[in-house]
Amino acid sequence: MGFLTDLAGWFADPANWQGNDAIPGRILEHIQISLAAVIAAVVLAMPVGLLIGHTGRGSFVAISLANIGRAVPSYAVLVILFPLSIVFARLTGSDLALLATFLAMVLLAIPPIVTNTFIGLREVDRDLVEAARGMGMHGSQVLGRVEIPIALPVILAGLRTASVQVVATATLGAVIGGGGLGRYIVQGIARRDDARLVAGALMVALLAIATELLFAWLQRRSVSPGLAARGAPGEAAAGGTAAGPVGAPAA
Amino acid sequence: MREGDPFIRWDWLIDHVDDVWGYTVEHIWLSAIAVMVGFAISFALSLVIVRSPRAYTPITAATGILYTIPSLALFAILVPITGFSVLTAEIALVSYTLLILIRNIVAGLAAVPADVREAADGMGYARWHRLWRVELPLAVPVIIAGLRIATITTIGLVTVSALIGQGGLGRLIEDGLRRFFPTMYVTGAVLSVLLAILADAAFVWLQRRSTPWTRARTETA
Repeated sequence: MGFLTDLAGWFADPANWQGNDAIPGRILEHIQISLAAVIAAVVLAMPVGLLIGHTGRGSFVAISLANIGRAVPSYAVLVILFPLSIVFARLTGSDLALLATFLAMVLLAIPPIVTNTFIGLREVDRDLVEAARGMGMHGSQVLGRVEIPIALPVILAGLRTASVQVVATATLGAVIGGGGLGRYIVQGIARRDDARLVAGALMVALLAIATELLFAWLQRRSVSPGLAARGAPGEAAAGGTAAGPVGAPAA
Repeated sequence: MREGDPFIRWDWLIDHVDDVWGYTVEHIWLSAIAVMVGFAISFALSLVIVRSPRAYTPITAATGILYTIPSLALFAILVPITGFSVLTAEIALVSYTLLILIRNIVAGLAAVPADVREAADGMGYARWHRLWRVELPLAVPVIIAGLRIATITTIGLVTVSALIGQGGLGRLIEDGLRRFFPTMYVTGAVLSVLLAILADAAFVWLQRRSTPWTRARTETA
């Protein structure tokens, strides 16, 4: 059990709670950049998903995005974008790695959000939409009062996939010089310091699992009360996307 | 990268075609082993679920947790146990295939129409015989869809395993980043994406080939 003692020792070491590599600071950094990326992706992707889902036009965009999002590995995206942030850093004199990491995170979060928003809206019972129209609601009312509330669990499932993906990509960002909890892993590998390596990895894993659980909880809570009684439409599709029972992979 | 060097040095690439090919082959092997081992384990676990459906929730919950852990973290957690080795890489890579494959195998089997099962029973098929001869062939499209996602995911994750000393094309990325040599890391990244796209196309083709009966009706994805 020597290793577990080392690990406990690492967490107990006051040096890891101060300065540049202070644990709370790194956790905060990780959450901040992840949150910023998810918000940016929602702002970009949600309107597209809502538009395609509501009108039913351009569905090929959602399907292709789902396939591309699944095929493109996050680490490769990060690395391909890396030169961009070097150029950016030279031009502006600002943080080198942040741009590539942030862009990669946003890009990777877009496909599950668009796809799930689209699927969520499309899965809404056509009879309900017809009924809403019959009651005299116009397009945006149908969307806001009927379609979105009913589709919410599926939309949140997309957000969940995206967020877990983003937390993972933020970790990889440390490889190209970014901050966050990935730093401990990168330093642990470089210094052959297993305690630091595993401590970082454990915190990353816990953060990812916490993100997943948070969204799972939100997803359950978001089932429209009127539908909860007759079995939620979101349950079947929760966590899944277009092409099969399993959604986009984590990084 | 020295000042004045072009962004991609094609002459370096031409000189190192053999190395790049070697990394590509290593990448394919690391991915193929992970998917094959993952499939064997997933298949066994799916049979357990077929036998006792109550096992579905705990099995998918456990593999779901593995799936949620970011790859770099999973590789790192294993290092004190199995070191900077191929085994570490493969254990993590296999872990990521389980959820995808199990869900698809089970979903594929569950989607077999009840009529078909009854017809098979009526023809005198025993339970496992029916599974093997009737249900599995019908589940093939969904199982291949799972293999497709698992393979693409694995190809992407192999590059990350370079950080623990493995990695196929990921080694080009790792070395290139360390030397600030874009030719190397861009080559590694672009080729790993190409490999994923090729694998995807191969599975689409395989899916069509393995289910000739679907072509007679409609083209299913």
